[in-house]
Amino acid sequence: MEAALDIKERNPFIATKGKQKVSLRCDADSISGCVSQRACVYCGARVVLNPVTDAAHLVHGPIGCSSYTWDIRGSLSSGDDLYRNSFSTELQEHDVIFGGEPKLSRAIDEIVAKYQPKLFFVYSTCIVGVIGDDLEAVCKRSAQKHGITIIPVQSSGFIGNKSAGYRAACDALLRLITPEQPLPRKANSVNYLGDFNLAGEAWIIRNYLTEIGVSVNSVFTGDSNFDSLREATAGSLNIMQCAGSMTYLATKMQDEFQIPYLRVSFLGMEDTADSLRKIADYFGDPAMLARAEMLIARETEATSPIIAAYRGHFNGKKAAVYVGGGFKAISLIKQFREIGIEVVLIGTQTGRPDEYDTINDLVNDGTVILDDANPAELERFMTQQGADLLVGGVKERPLAYKLGIAFIDHNHDRKHPLSGYIGAVNFAKEVYSTLCSPVWNYIYDWGGENRG
Amino acid sequence: MLDCTPKEITERNSGGIINPAKTCQPIGAMYAALGIHKCLPHSHGSQGCCSYHRMHLTRHFRDPVMASTSCFTEGSSVFGGGANLKASIQNVFHIYKPDVMAIHTTCLTETIGDDVSSIIKTADVAEGKLVIHANTPSYVGSHITGFSNMTKAMVSYLAESTSPIKKEQINIIPGFVNPGDMREIKRIVKSMDIEYILFPDTSGVVDTPMTGEFQMYPEGGTTVEQLKDTGNSKVSLALGRFASSDPADLLNKKCKVPVVTLKTPIGIKATDALLMTLRTAFAHEIPKELEVERGQLVDIMTDTHFHFHGKTVAIFGDPDIVTGLTEFVLSLGMIPIHVLTGTPGGSSNSVAGSFEDDINAMLKPTGIQANVKSAGDLFTLHQWMKNQPVDLLIGNTYGKYIARAEDVPFVRVGFPILDRSVHSYLPIVGYHGAMRLVEMISNALLDRQDRDAADEDFELVM
Repeated sequence: MEAALDIKERNPFIATKGKQKVSLRCDADSISGCVSQRACVYCGARVVLNPVTDAAHLVHGPIGCSSYTWDIRGSLSSGDDLYRNSFSTELQEHDVIFGGEPKLSRAIDEIVAKYQPKLFFVYSTCIVGVIGDDLEAVCKRSAQKHGITIIPVQSSGFIGNKSAGYRAACDALLRLITPEQPLPRKANSVNYLGDFNLAGEAWIIRNYLTEIGVSVNSVFTGDSNFDSLREATAGSLNIMQCAGSMTYLATKMQDEFQIPYLRVSFLGMEDTADSLRKIADYFGDPAMLARAEMLIARETEATSPIIAAYRGHFNGKKAAVYVGGGFKAISLIKQFREIGIEVVLIGTQTGRPDEYDTINDLVNDGTVILDDANPAELERFMTQQGADLLVGGVKERPLAYKLGIAFIDHNHDRKHPLSGYIGAVNFAKEVYSTLCSPVWNYIYDWGGENRG
Repeated sequence: MLDCTPKEITERNSGGIINPAKTCQPIGAMYAALGIHKCLPHSHGSQGCCSYHRMHLTRHFRDPVMASTSCFTEGSSVFGGGANLKASIQNVFHIYKPDVMAIHTTCLTETIGDDVSSIIKTADVAEGKLVIHANTPSYVGSHITGFSNMTKAMVSYLAESTSPIKKEQINIIPGFVNPGDMREIKRIVKSMDIEYILFPDTSGVVDTPMTGEFQMYPEGGTTVEQLKDTGNSKVSLALGRFASSDPADLLNKKCKVPVVTLKTPIGIKATDALLMTLRTAFAHEIPKELEVERGQLVDIMTDTHFHFHGKTVAIFGDPDIVTGLTEFVLSLGMIPIHVLTGTPGGSSNSVAGSFEDDINAMLKPTGIQANVKSAGDLFTLHQWMKNQPVDLLIGNTYGKYIARAEDVPFVRVGFPILDRSVHSYLPIVGYHGAMRLVEMISNALLDRQDRDAADEDFELVM
């Protein structure tokens, strides 16, 4: 795999932090013929909307698109579980030639008859974009026929990358939440944007906010449903965890409904405390601020010794990070610092210029920063930088293991919450269990020498 | 999870799918291409497809799955993907240096009408390097069709008949099975002292040993030389008609290699058939080692038959696997009452007969009345099970929702298995595979018996 960098077009997407600031190229199309880790527009739309628990998520396209996204992310529900089904119009050759609209109407009828959902998201896939089915019209007709809400999601796979899908999802959500009459504002209430309730993370944050006297009005979209989302514009503030997927919605809600937004992060102790203070500050209530400080003090006191104990095992260890969005990458640098690990390689699939600037400011000299990396580059730089641990998603896991490097899933496959103080402990614990596992002692070099 | 599936069965005429029992062609093509040594599969389409297929295969095999993509944008969809594909061909050989690049299409590139073979012909391919391709529109067939189509591409691009006299060797097309199964088939053929070419062969590709190094092209896979030589073999054995018949038939047409089509060798009967075919074709004796294995299997089946006998079972998954499993559970005295595959009934463009015929032919002598369906979905299977409950469910990971909703013991077999590990290393084919299946099935049933036993019935020896 020597040739990872043989391709000149990739050079602008890779930088090494040094005295001279280099601006990284990002937000561009991938190069044909690369092994890219990126997904498509439909994927972006689906991962944002999928946690809406009582919606029928109907994929208008051939079977694959719905198969691969069936229960794709571990977003938990406190009630409905219709979202865990996989609905597809299963377009066939005949439909491709003569159009898939009739089949789409029939599929909607059938699902209505069987499940009586209040809400449909109908996703367009690559092929629907090409054959030109009028999704809008079919959804409108079916919605009238059944008296329910049916929202088309314009997510043909080829019209951009995952970010375009986030936008398509936000557009769909906007249609859902826009009220006929303005809703009365609820005091001290927030909408929590960009938490998908993986492993119940949204519930943890809801508890913190409730404790300091902030009510959570709607979550976008973790454990959300038709009714809770329709109430969204009653919230008085939007707080946004995943900026990659939700910035567009937050700015739209600011423009259209005059709901301001704050960027927050609940990954790691430092970011969690900062975010709670920021929220309490916004509402300007001294009692709320006091409660926030109490919570922070209590949780910090309980969490710090546990983290410190783990930290003791991580002397001199180095981490590589390759995640979807830039904001998560930023949080992870700080969180690794909390547990005494230096990040020596950091990359994202869809990071934006300002995020890469922040990353550049945060990391130490010599850290490699890269956009839209392929496995060959990841391998090369992980080895070169001497990383002991990789943070990534499904496809990166076996790559790290093959290199004898520890791994943490910070994507859809995470099985315990990584948000808040509980999450900070889980994170340290997971780093410990993967980095310090005895399995690494069994990788021998030729000659039987233990790499240990 | 699926508690809201209605019990009442009404006619389904939307043509839509609720909870698929299959997926699309390209992933099958990608998996088949991984079975060529030093091959990089290439997905001609948007990035998402490639990403999904790699994700799904990675989750099933827990090994790195490499494949490149043409990275379609809106422009390519309007003006055609020729430029993307040519750039891809150049970049793939330049960056990743495979010996073979195996391109498959997606629904997008099929619909806009990219003529992949002409694009390849006009592309600049370095000497000694090969590009093959398969058309795999996602709106036709299933992942099994895609596997079959890419295997056909190996034949149409590479197989050659270079001598009038055929060699004393056999081609074996194993179908869409795990690397553990491919290894087991090779072990059986080797033990009979027969020269063979297994293709595609993903053993040593997606079950690689840990060395502390990542290899883009692991040691396994059928070599190009072997693929060329398939045209010189005496006979082709197609294991499983859905995944393997078409490539075997094409090879016969192209290079005059006669075909024997057998079931995927799951269970005692199908494994017997495999060995008898090999013995007949090569006049080699069946070695003692296999005789002993068969004897052990029969012994195990005898020891445990009362655990299974009369138990009802629902089976779903890929057609060749489901056919093999059905035959095997019948030999254990079980009663398959629901049998379903998501793949459409007859393989897309050849070979008479259908999945439903095959299953019904096996059931007929037993007098069992069963629901049998191809091109079905798991909603249908679930409704059947609500109306006629079973003692056991066998299928891929997606069956877990139904197993939980209906509180039925569940044995994971097939593709994909996303929530358990090790399965891809261990065979379900051959006598050893049958022993493993007996163990899995009886454990599932006995665990359930233990769980449900009243205190006074809870026993040490079972």
